[in-house]
Amino acid sequence: MKLAALACLLVAFPLVGGEFYVNLASQIFIFAIFAASINLLLGYGGLATLGHASYLGVAAYTSALLGLKLGLGHWIAAPAALLGTTLMACLFGLIALRATGLGFLMLTLALSQVLWGTAYRWVALTDGDNGLRGLSRPFHLDDAASFYYFALAATAASLWLMARFVGSPFGAALRGTRDQPRRMSALGHNVWLIRWVSFVYAGFWGAVSGLLFVYYHKYIHPISLSLTNSAEGLLAVIAGGSGTLGGPVVGAAIVMLLKNYVSAYIERWNTLLGLVFVLIVVFMPEGVVPGVKRLWLRFASRT
Amino acid sequence: MAALRLQNLRKSFGGLPAISDVSLEVAPGERRLIIGPNGAGKTTLFNLVTGDLPRDAGNVILFEEDVTRLAPHHRVHRGLARTYQIITLFPKDTLEHNIALSLLGLSKLRWNAFRSFDADLYVEARAVLARVGLEHLAKRGIAEVAYGDKRRVEIAMALAQKPRVLLLDEPLAGLSREERATVKQLIAAIPREVTVVMIEHDMDTALDMAERITVLHYGRVIVEGTRAEVVADPKTREVYLGH
Amino acid sequence: MRIANLTHGALFMLGAYLGVSILKLMPNLWVAALLGGLAVAAFGGLLERFILRKLAGNILGQVLVTLGFAYIIADLCLVVWGGDPIPIPTPEFLQQPLRVAGFAFPAYRVAVVVLSVLVGMALHLLMERTRLGAMIRAGVDDMQMARAVGIPVSKLFTLVFCLGAGLAGAGGVIGGPIMSAYPGLDADMLPLALIVVILGGVGSLAGAFAGSFITGFVYTFGVALFPQLAYVILFLPMIFVIAFRPRGLFGKFAA
Ligand SMILES: Nc1ncnc2c1ncn2[C@@H]1O[C@H](COP(=O)(O)OP(=O)(O)OP(=O)(O)O)[C@@H](O)[C@H]1O
Ligand SMILES: [Mg+2]
Repeated sequence: MKLAALACLLVAFPLVGGEFYVNLASQIFIFAIFAASINLLLGYGGLATLGHASYLGVAAYTSALLGLKLGLGHWIAAPAALLGTTLMACLFGLIALRATGLGFLMLTLALSQVLWGTAYRWVALTDGDNGLRGLSRPFHLDDAASFYYFALAATAASLWLMARFVGSPFGAALRGTRDQPRRMSALGHNVWLIRWVSFVYAGFWGAVSGLLFVYYHKYIHPISLSLTNSAEGLLAVIAGGSGTLGGPVVGAAIVMLLKNYVSAYIERWNTLLGLVFVLIVVFMPEGVVPGVKRLWLRFASRT
Repeated sequence: MAALRLQNLRKSFGGLPAISDVSLEVAPGERRLIIGPNGAGKTTLFNLVTGDLPRDAGNVILFEEDVTRLAPHHRVHRGLARTYQIITLFPKDTLEHNIALSLLGLSKLRWNAFRSFDADLYVEARAVLARVGLEHLAKRGIAEVAYGDKRRVEIAMALAQKPRVLLLDEPLAGLSREERATVKQLIAAIPREVTVVMIEHDMDTALDMAERITVLHYGRVIVEGTRAEVVADPKTREVYLGH
Repeated sequence: MRIANLTHGALFMLGAYLGVSILKLMPNLWVAALLGGLAVAAFGGLLERFILRKLAGNILGQVLVTLGFAYIIADLCLVVWGGDPIPIPTPEFLQQPLRVAGFAFPAYRVAVVVLSVLVGMALHLLMERTRLGAMIRAGVDDMQMARAVGIPVSKLFTLVFCLGAGLAGAGGVIGGPIMSAYPGLDADMLPLALIVVILGGVGSLAGAFAGSFITGFVYTFGVALFPQLAYVILFLPMIFVIAFRPRGLFGKFAA
């Protein structure tokens, strides 16, 4: 019921909202997929990754390069980018999952830094700091509203599939490995494989967000592969509430609004971002969605 | 044929031996008690059998199959189950979900990422909880139930897997007298074909449950035999009952 | 200490910029390094005392907070010192190249190598030979136990954090003549620091040294030979080490 109302609202939005807001909403959708894919690892697997921008960035670059250098159409470039990025996630998972906790975090960070550095320096391929320009959107979705509907559909499908994943027996096992990995293997679960499969799945959804990202901007820059991008995704998850389905979406909206609105008034976006990190971690460690829920419950029980 | 055979197992932590040269044979369907003072290496021995800890030397043989090099979860699929001395449950989940995770561990379903979590699994989980007398708490969170109930969930999780060899690490620890009686009944009701190896450090509480007893001291087997033999052995007295 | 700290790159950069300002007042690089190091150490101490302390055991929290501070530091450096690279002059007496057996070595770089070996040895002696070092090791190995026998673990940890921050800051000043101070220096240094730590093994000084030498060599030659793939080459040894020695070359803990 609520979901149907939300759907109506979202479908009607471009009819009333101005172009700026429609574009902002598209960006929120794309970022929500990215954050939700991080949430699969962080929220449900207890694996803090600081390298998820790799999947977004590599999928975006692959799609862009296949189009620019080989002249391939989107109908080949998109699946190729998804496949290639997912294979990369398979490999990165093998490396990063040799550790957990801090080690895992460092490894994901290190691997993503390799890609970021390469994108900066391999100027012949990526045009380095200039980024790649002259990209196109599929299906000629060049006006704000039609791209909005495309992004909305893709986001709805992605989030639904991720929710299925989390609600499945496999998802239950994944949450088990987060809470009690030793007990899980004593119950016959292959903890490592569960984590690896989830890692690859999260990488795939990261790649999906990357495709949408490059379609939206028609431009890609190494900054998309940077630590900052990974960290903003992580921030969105934590701000919204990790391990909840709605959390990353709310968090994505918060981060995107901050970025687009506040940065228009405040020049020091990085200082603000830093402060937001510190404030959220110190004062709202469980995230906005559970935090608000808790406050609401307290309020409701009082009246 | 032995259900479980350990050959010359060794394990040390940073140069200090915790298990030195332990060999042991448990027959199918046997009730074996392992006793020994604090720090004797009993839990470590279990960890080597399950593969929770890598051994330094020696072999673990389960139903004539050498499982020494198998990962812990593979050993579970060959019929090995255990409980933990320190309660190791999923604290945020309900009792039935805890049991369901145990059932899932041996079910093909666990790799299914696209259908929704099966209500059938909960039905089965509640049946297991009924066996240990906890069905009425099935929907409670682990954090909300009493310590004695958690101990029973520990055992239920292992029983849910219908193991061939069951390792119980101090299942009576920290329980009141009445709770002990219930848990003892529970253990006594385990089907005969299941081989049970149970650790207990307080000798008197569990003597009546054992057929054979192994006494572990400083990581070595010092006495092994029937209940009467072990109790009569002067070495047992010396290291265990003596103080 | 097992604290996930991502401010090191930023502290290094802060040190370099502070060095720039101090050098304007007092044209002596070593004094600048000392003062810059002290200032950064003080900052590190405050950070540990008032923020990180609250997040003990919360790795993710530590990571995000330190990252947040890294952004703030970098941004404020940009405000204060502007966006253009600022070179730091090499001390005069080290400007002539050093000639040994027909090869010419840049004297300043040689001095830096000598200095870093000295600092390393001093740290080693501090950790292994002094009472203070023994207490720190005890605190890292088993905090509860160390507390129980009366070691002021939390004060020590603040001290160690200050020391680490201070070294990063002083390093920034000393690295100045080679790299100069510029926005983005932090992002360039952080991965290097990470690799060194992972490669060498967390909690090992010898490891940090071996790690940094390997990294330095690989990086220098790698950049010269295949500039585009510098980062790939840089990270290869790390990936190798992780695949075959998860504890690093000398580490006591798995990374
Ligand atoms: N993971 C570990 N790392 C280091 N030492 C360990 C580890 N596990 C156990 N030990 C040491 O090995 C010895 C045997 O411990 P173990 O837990 O097996 O004893 P136990 O017989 O189960 O004792 P209890 O009756 O107290 O449960 C002890 O000295 C213990 O301190
Ligand atoms: Mg024990």
